[in-house]
Amino acid sequence: MSSDYEPHSEAAQQHRELRKERLEAVRKEHKRLIGRKVVFLAFIIGLIVFAVGFIITLGPLEITIPQVYETLLARFLPDFFTMDEVFEQVVWNIRFPRIIGGIFAGFGLGICGCVMQAVLKNPLASPFTLGISSGAHFGVAIAAVFGVAVLGGPYLLIANAFAFAMLCSIFIVSLSVLKGATSETLILAGIAINYLFSSLSQLMAYFASDEQLRLMTVWGMGDLSAFSWSKFGIFFVIFGVCVPILWWKAQDLNLMTIGDDSAKSLGVEANHVRIITMMVASVLVATIVCFTGTIGFVGLVAPHVARMLIGADHRILIPASGILGAFLLIGSDAVAMNIISPTIIPTGIMTALLGVPFFLYLILKGKRKEFWQ
Amino acid sequence: MNVKLLVQDLEFAYISTPVLTGMCLKVPPGTLVSIVGPNGSGKSTLLKCIDRILKPQQGMVAIDGRDLVQLKRIELAKQISYVPQSSVRIFPHSVFDVILMGRRPHLGWTSSGEDEERVWDVIDLLGIEDIALAPFTELSGGQQQKVLIARALVQETDVMLLDEPTSNLDIWHQLDVMTIIAGLVAERGITAIMAVHDLNMAARFSDQIIMMKGGIIHAAGSPWEVLTPRHIADVYDVEAQVQRQDDETPLVVPMRQIGGNGGRLAY
Repeated sequence: MSSDYEPHSEAAQQHRELRKERLEAVRKEHKRLIGRKVVFLAFIIGLIVFAVGFIITLGPLEITIPQVYETLLARFLPDFFTMDEVFEQVVWNIRFPRIIGGIFAGFGLGICGCVMQAVLKNPLASPFTLGISSGAHFGVAIAAVFGVAVLGGPYLLIANAFAFAMLCSIFIVSLSVLKGATSETLILAGIAINYLFSSLSQLMAYFASDEQLRLMTVWGMGDLSAFSWSKFGIFFVIFGVCVPILWWKAQDLNLMTIGDDSAKSLGVEANHVRIITMMVASVLVATIVCFTGTIGFVGLVAPHVARMLIGADHRILIPASGILGAFLLIGSDAVAMNIISPTIIPTGIMTALLGVPFFLYLILKGKRKEFWQ
Repeated sequence: MNVKLLVQDLEFAYISTPVLTGMCLKVPPGTLVSIVGPNGSGKSTLLKCIDRILKPQQGMVAIDGRDLVQLKRIELAKQISYVPQSSVRIFPHSVFDVILMGRRPHLGWTSSGEDEERVWDVIDLLGIEDIALAPFTELSGGQQQKVLIARALVQETDVMLLDEPTSNLDIWHQLDVMTIIAGLVAERGITAIMAVHDLNMAARFSDQIIMMKGGIIHAAGSPWEVLTPRHIADVYDVEAQVQRQDDETPLVVPMRQIGGNGGRLAY
């Protein structure tokens, strides 16, 4: 079209030809890149499936990867596969729930981190920057010091953690509804809330007995051992509702990352999207955190790794962040379980110990110098 | 007069500080209108109120006689496109993806081949194929501005608002961007309204100029009608000469401030 302005000389003709060729080349390259992203997504899904098989083989029981898959498949297709009873006990009832729990938790935290970074336009946002985990931790502290002995049982801990995690996010979200707070205000408010609840938890710890203190500390380290088949029902329901909502908002999230003004001018109700996605993500995080304790690093790092690998389109980035989060968490957990077996290191500690060096390596090696701009 | 965009009695205030008062505009189709005025005179606010990025407390905006106030935001986005002064650049979207965002009002969760065709057409039109796959975060100011214009173009609206599209650009890129905008108005019949600081750029490329001060229109009309020493003195407190150039456009040469402290440092 710009050719209309140019003279009909031979040079202009040549120039047009050249540009046409270049455009064609760029379009081909674009197609190739999209293909590569889809292949990558398929690859990490395959990687998870393999990791599940491999991780289950780790431990005192001798079992091979094919046997693991056979045992799992026998559950669903008993006509085609058989399973050993010992294997069933160990694989299905002990090791598999822990891994599935890890996948749920890592997937959820990765997605929530990704969504929060987008709507707050801040690469430092994560489920924990907003005070959600310290809120949950305080809930546990209260339960540990005042409640557990009276009512007994771990459900009080979980309920309390959930309630206080939600309390934090409701506060943050209402701030943005009532005051029309900007993303910077939200992050600052989150950090302030973080300090508030940390101090309150420390106050509780100061007056706690040794046993109560231990309960609080262990919870704060983050652990996957709370998972069993009976607890997955609630996970399926909450994930089944929350994850599709967040994924459905992927296009709007893309626009939100380039600024509220632009998003609005392109037809996105930026404030509504921010409130909806923050609420949904908070419910998801609170559900995870109340079972696992503080596993903070996954939510921050998984979206960044995903973005470095496949770019910033949230339609692909959201599932990729989730899958990478799951991979990071079950991988770290496998190491934590086996590195100084039979002692099991808390998952949260190992996630950070392994994840931080890996993350630093990616940052330093990355070609994108503007990464933290 | 045939009116494309009508703004009537538009009022906007931040908390209690009025920014726009009783703003009325009538813009004919296929014209390039520049809004000039000192910092804080309400230029950007006016554009944002027209596109409802900021919600005006009062007044009406209409395109082709149709009131836009009741329209959903996504419908509004099919009528008016907006080119911001700059864009948040934190996450590495590719240039192609940023331009494709302009199709958002027309598409759902997925983009069709047709949407992508439109994007390639615009990339070709603006000659930015070399940066089409580069991360938006790594572009220079001039390239960025072109991409934002491209994004507004694929939105396929009759009215385009531009907020200081040439600020932060060197003179080559200023001319490049202004030529593109003027070309779109001339060839595609787009109605463009542009907030701009550079009076000479406004004089050279606009059909109409609106001069604002303190949230109201001080003068409006052709460049020769608006860019007079008198108006410039009233609005900017600057004494200026206005010369006639070879191509008959006015050239504004600012001479000295009126009032102030005459260039002495105030101790």
